[in-house]
Amino acid sequence: MSRINTLLVLLLVVMSGLAVQPACAETFGQIMAEFARSAKSSPGFQSFSAANGEQFFKSTHGNDWSCASCHTENPASSGKHAKTSKVIKPLAPLVNPERFTDPAKVEKWFKRNCNDVLARACTPQEKGDVLAYLLTIGK
Amino acid sequence: MPFDYRNTLRMFAVIFLLGGMISVAQADEDHEHHEGGRRAVATNAAWQEECGSCHVAFPPRLLPAESWREMMSGLDKHFGTDASLEPAVAQEIAAFLEQNAGKRKPDPVAKPLLRISETLWFIREHDEVPGRIWKNPLVKSPANCAACHTKAESGKYGERDIRMPK
Repeated sequence: MSRINTLLVLLLVVMSGLAVQPACAETFGQIMAEFARSAKSSPGFQSFSAANGEQFFKSTHGNDWSCASCHTENPASSGKHAKTSKVIKPLAPLVNPERFTDPAKVEKWFKRNCNDVLARACTPQEKGDVLAYLLTIGK
Repeated sequence: MPFDYRNTLRMFAVIFLLGGMISVAQADEDHEHHEGGRRAVATNAAWQEECGSCHVAFPPRLLPAESWREMMSGLDKHFGTDASLEPAVAQEIAAFLEQNAGKRKPDPVAKPLLRISETLWFIREHDEVPGRIWKNPLVKSPANCAACHTKAESGKYGERDIRMPK
């Protein structure tokens, strides 16, 4: 009897895991798909590159700050706002499942942060590359 | 045992006294909560979420409505960073800030102050804070309220919750 109970509990745990995971994976996938759809309109687009995303993330682009200035060189760890020192939760979605679950929020922050770091909007290729890189963190 | 009404009366007296002490304690707690503005701490979910993502969501009463209006019209250049918002969200937050803004009339000729740390009130409240505290890397900026006001996140700035970093 207790074995059946254990099995039931295990089954419930697995099922709840299945129910939760696709929800955020789905949003992340949707956001990526949207970037890919926009990127395809520019000539020469092939795919997103995690390696390019990592380089982009860690380099400055004419201004004082890089992405890593606030998010640190390791997106699996917490960062700190360069001006106010307020703690920023990890960016990597495998470490912090709250990340990339709301497309409007993703757009809001890319708009602001690209302006601060590059003094322009990021291209869909750049955004997709960064997301591809972030997805490799914490695996 | 016969009914001892005097003991019963004493018991009731103790219960009333205890009750009174508890409500006084609660009132004190409430007073603490309202400290500064002497009124309920105003909150709004969008203000908390948006203004609280890079720094503590600063209480609206700390600046006059004119300052908030100016601040909300220049969010794309917000103290050196882009803090732009969707127009609908910005509008909601601006209305909340102006409704709950400080009542002190600003100088009609001067430009509205945008930095809370430049207001006379802030300077006076913090004049006992030694220079080394401001220079401490754990503090870094006067915008970092939570470095010393341990309950700033929940809108509590009372003396009781101040811990200056060593």
